[in-house]
Amino acid sequence: MLVTYLAKRLVQLIAVTFLISVIVFLLVHLLPGDPSVTILGANDTPQNRLILLHQLGLNKPLVAQYATWLGQVLHGSLGQSYLTHQQVSQIIAQGAPVDLELIVLSQIIAFAVAIPLALVASRRSNRPVDRMATTTTFGLLALPPFVLAPILVAIFAVGLGWFPATGTVPISQNLATNLHDMILPAVALSFGSIALYYRLLRSDLIATLQEDFITSARAKGLHPRRVMLRHALRPSTFSLLAAAGVNIGSLLAGAFIVESLFAINGVGLALINAVEQRDYLVVQGIALVVALVYVIIQFIVDFIFTVVDPRVARG
Amino acid sequence: MSPRDGADAFPDATELADPLLTVDDLRTWFHTPRGTVRAVDGISLTVRRGTTVGVVGESGSGKTVLSRSIMGLLPTRDVERAGTVTFAGRDLTTMSAKELRSVWGPQIAMIFQDPMTALNPVKRVGAQITESLRLHLHMDRKEARATAAALLDSVGIPSPEKRLRAYPSQLSGGMRQRVMIAIALACGPRLVLADEPTTGLDVTIQAQILDLLGSLQDERNMAMILVTHDLGVVATRADEIVVMYAGKVVERAPTPTLFADPKMPYTRALMDSIPRLSQPSGTRLAAIAGRPPDLVDPPQGCRFAPRCPYAQDRCRESEPPLRTAGSADHLFACWFPLTNGRPSAPLTNNEVTP
Repeated sequence: MLVTYLAKRLVQLIAVTFLISVIVFLLVHLLPGDPSVTILGANDTPQNRLILLHQLGLNKPLVAQYATWLGQVLHGSLGQSYLTHQQVSQIIAQGAPVDLELIVLSQIIAFAVAIPLALVASRRSNRPVDRMATTTTFGLLALPPFVLAPILVAIFAVGLGWFPATGTVPISQNLATNLHDMILPAVALSFGSIALYYRLLRSDLIATLQEDFITSARAKGLHPRRVMLRHALRPSTFSLLAAAGVNIGSLLAGAFIVESLFAINGVGLALINAVEQRDYLVVQGIALVVALVYVIIQFIVDFIFTVVDPRVARG
Repeated sequence: MSPRDGADAFPDATELADPLLTVDDLRTWFHTPRGTVRAVDGISLTVRRGTTVGVVGESGSGKTVLSRSIMGLLPTRDVERAGTVTFAGRDLTTMSAKELRSVWGPQIAMIFQDPMTALNPVKRVGAQITESLRLHLHMDRKEARATAAALLDSVGIPSPEKRLRAYPSQLSGGMRQRVMIAIALACGPRLVLADEPTTGLDVTIQAQILDLLGSLQDERNMAMILVTHDLGVVATRADEIVVMYAGKVVERAPTPTLFADPKMPYTRALMDSIPRLSQPSGTRLAAIAGRPPDLVDPPQGCRFAPRCPYAQDRCRESEPPLRTAGSADHLFACWFPLTNGRPSAPLTNNEVTP
């Protein structure tokens, strides 16, 4: 039953990935301008431009172009940049570890702060601890990373000098330095997640604590901490998991912004450049990979659901 | 097997004659935005070792609050509790949270009404039984597992080893209630509070579960408070019956006495609402008209007066105290008690206290 459930979800997710690839392809090509301007400069003749477009296959109908690209992708090639002739897969491979690290770190911070906070606040709902945490996180929700990052830099990098304001070394070169440099960017990225996770988990926990099985767990003489961690937490994590799945996807976008704010070279910087230069294959390649990562995360979340609640797979 | 952890704190032999549980003038009030709900309003009862006390009343009479209040399971915020609950010589109402936790499980356990909601849906049955064994009886994993299987076997669950790995949703309603009983009995409690243990079950399963509880109780010399809305359920199973109405005890007597000579019209009405096989088919069930009063603003006088067929002016004006009938163990609260289950005639002239 579990296998059928997961197989079904997998088929759905593959369909979603395909749809995303079509949409991204269309969006990219609907942007005004084309790569001939960036390659040949603004002053070349229209004739040369046409020749170039012909060479790149950009004069064909969109459907044909899409088919060609999809064919390549299915054969394992994302193509290469019109400008630098670098393989798209290589561009992604260079930048991805930075974004991955940024997202993983920010999520570790978010869960490490949100879960204990929600556990404490839900047991004392509407008391000072809970009110303070709830108000604070509401404020955090209103602070996007591009507002938060300069504030963090001003306080912790410029003011206190604890962290560098920009840049980092690759993780392979020096792990300690790298982690140290990544703390501010990861924190900047984590605040929205902290607020989101805290609020969802808190309200689900409050609902769960009203359940009979919590009273029956208490009636066994279990310590309140055990009741919270072993009985209340797991059944309260549904909204949290679902939101985390969606959120991690949108964090890719957040990571791209934080990257450029802290001048860390990741996929985001490459994507922004590619869009500006109408480097179609790079944009499409990155978008496809991002979509795929997103879909894989969703799949993992679906799988975790079945672990958290065995009833999911059967229903 | 009847392991009993922390038995030193509750010496058995010296006080065998004393009741196991004495509830004295217990009050439990909930402060709500609408006003103070007096869910339990001055209730006293005693439970002797190994015996069963049935607590009977309609929905909304405060039975569930009573059982949770006795155990001390209610939240403390906006809840006011007064009176004493003496269990094996110690007052539960003054115990610290930590002390209470050592009582819950090995001394007092509760069987909840709805096993579907009272079992954690995302934890395997085995884990839900073994956790109290490991906590209170300090068993290791293997020992706890073996004991849990033995417990499931003793509550009549076939292939217990296999069931330990099941989730509650994979079991039938009757099975779930058996699991619930196994959990409650795991640490060999001396008192079990069973709150409507069979209400959600099929009639045939109901009898099985009640019989099971009765035989386990005899085996373990365990006392029980059986809370139910169904007088029929406790008729053959309780040694004593406490009839509750609107947060108060209105009659209390040994079971045979109560059935032979109910004094309070409410008790009589509850008896009449039990369907009987001897009645011809098509007989109308004698339901009690109306609903229990709002416990925020209960009526002055006898709380049952608005629904009582024999109510007089006096009933509506002043509240009857709990007093003894023929024997000291039969108490009732009524200005115009029934005689052998019938109103004294002519009732309207009966204005004087007997």
